[in-house]
Amino acid sequence: MLLQVKNLQTQFFTQGKRIRAVDGVSFDVAEGETLAIVGESGSGKSVTALSIMGLIPWPPGRILGGEVIYQGRDLLKLAPDEVRRVRGKELAMVFQEPMTSLNPVLTIERQLTEGLQTHLSISRAEARERAVEVMHEVGISDPLRRLEQYPHMFSGGMRQRVMIAMALSCRPRMILADEPTTALDVTIQAQILALMRDLSRRLGVALVLITHNLGVVARYADRVQVMYAGQIIEKATAQKLYAAPKHPYTVGLLGSVPRLDEGERRRLQPIVGQPPDLGELGPGCRFMPRCPLAEARCGVAVPPLVEVAPGHGSACLKADQVGNAGN
Amino acid sequence: MTQSTLPSAAPPLLDVRRLKMHFPVHTGVLIQRVAGTVKAVDDVSFTVAQGETLGLVGESGCGKTTTGRCILHLNRHTGGEIRFEGQDLARLDAAGLRAARRKLQVIFQDPYSSLNPRMTLGQIVGEGPSVHGLTRPGKETRERVAELMSLAGLSPNLASRYPHELSGGQRQRVGIARALSMNPSFIVCDEAVSALDVSIQAQIINLLEDLQDRLGLTYLFIAHDLSVVRHISDRVAVMYLGKIMELAPSALLYRAPLHPYTRALLSAVPIPDPAVEATREHVLLHGEVPSPLNPPSGCVFHPRCPMASEVCREQIPEFQEKAPGHWAACHHA
Repeated sequence: MLLQVKNLQTQFFTQGKRIRAVDGVSFDVAEGETLAIVGESGSGKSVTALSIMGLIPWPPGRILGGEVIYQGRDLLKLAPDEVRRVRGKELAMVFQEPMTSLNPVLTIERQLTEGLQTHLSISRAEARERAVEVMHEVGISDPLRRLEQYPHMFSGGMRQRVMIAMALSCRPRMILADEPTTALDVTIQAQILALMRDLSRRLGVALVLITHNLGVVARYADRVQVMYAGQIIEKATAQKLYAAPKHPYTVGLLGSVPRLDEGERRRLQPIVGQPPDLGELGPGCRFMPRCPLAEARCGVAVPPLVEVAPGHGSACLKADQVGNAGN
Repeated sequence: MTQSTLPSAAPPLLDVRRLKMHFPVHTGVLIQRVAGTVKAVDDVSFTVAQGETLGLVGESGCGKTTTGRCILHLNRHTGGEIRFEGQDLARLDAAGLRAARRKLQVIFQDPYSSLNPRMTLGQIVGEGPSVHGLTRPGKETRERVAELMSLAGLSPNLASRYPHELSGGQRQRVGIARALSMNPSFIVCDEAVSALDVSIQAQIINLLEDLQDRLGLTYLFIAHDLSVVRHISDRVAVMYLGKIMELAPSALLYRAPLHPYTRALLSAVPIPDPAVEATREHVLLHGEVPSPLNPPSGCVFHPRCPMASEVCREQIPEFQEKAPGHWAACHHA
């Protein structure tokens, strides 16, 4: 197991409220696999990634509990300089907005060599050579000319390739990609995701793909976990999740999404209501107000995530009834 | 190119003919010169029949939003004609334009910036009817506002709230109520659901479909999400670098696309089903979209097209009806 997250709890304190952004999240990432974390806004998927990378700013956010075990050590308990040795080198991250994630006043060369020199203790000249190699790997043509340029001279797709190059440059064991293609056109998205998958397979790098796009998950992920209101509510292989979902929220999400191959006159089945206010959560299941299967016992306590079929976990007390006629 | 792109012979509600929107690019500080032109919309023709939904889809820079803005007369088009209910919009005087605008409304993308933050929901929705004299101020306007809010799925009790107190989905419903307030016949939906979460998006899509059935509305649905466009539209036009590449009924566009760009676009859209995805062929396009300041010669798609030949580099393909109701601009279709 490459990475083990155990009972992670990250909260934000703002305007007198306590927001339980990530509330008891546990999962593993195996070497070389592609794990998708899927959810809508406020689900806690991005905060989970930022927590693993130690990028939660205080104020207003704080990791209040849990463990992130990498190579036998809990990253959350390491001193800052030890964390820095891991972050960027062994665990890398690609952020959502390529327009704003690159430093606008540094050349591409500087952005790539900075990480290389810091983590690998090599000279500037060696780092520059490595930078050119990794730019080739991510399909940036004419890299020598591109090295001298600034981010604003690149398109969104190119900037994202630079971000991926930066993430790959120190040969990490795992890359966390937070909505890496949401801001990009769909044909560029296809190029970038195919590139990431290809690199993952060839170099054995695990990919944690954070997204709200159920199509992307279906095309690229080995395993999926669905998050809602700060918690994981379902975990399975991609095939099992789509073929036989075991949580009403997952069913609701799948029913809400238009499909390119749908028959004519299909009506979408939206989930009623809205996601809950994370500062005002009740004791029970957080999906209860919107759930067609809700009953009194759902409101007593948050249902635990349990294995309801081999390799398939669900946090629903009625998981065995999900997907039957009428749901 | 004055033939209608519709199968029937009924007069279209909207008739766009050879539309051009070219923006000059200036340089110089003291003395401005025209350094080039951005051909945002370059010879686009289509019609929309009463009661139908025409989808306008394409990636960034294709000109779909600018086309919508020209139809709403928010941009003065630089060439071609836009006829709404048979009238050329460019020839209308101020009074005529005001009258046309009552029937031609818009729902914008961003539920956060398209509502005035200093007005209550009641004021936002009631402003149009009250200013245009459709309702008398006071009770009549309040009743109309309540009716419109209910139509959009909002509780009328929210009329005294301000936009910042609502969620994105609720704000978008306010935008819909506002668009409906003038009793329009035609609504331009410019990325109307793109900023919403998936589950809320589905609610709003269903609402738009229901309102269309109830009120006999006609939509121009502009979006980049092909799955959403295919779902809601009767016919779809695919745009690239200011031109329409293909226009067809939505099921047919998916089943049997004629244009190589459409095929690449469809192939790039992942379907939420791993079993289906495993069997699909993926056509990957190389390179990036060229700049509209310097579009390629001939067919604007030729540098990235797997089927490009000599004629594609030299001649702009005509937008022609290749099969009944199925139009494409391609030398090889």
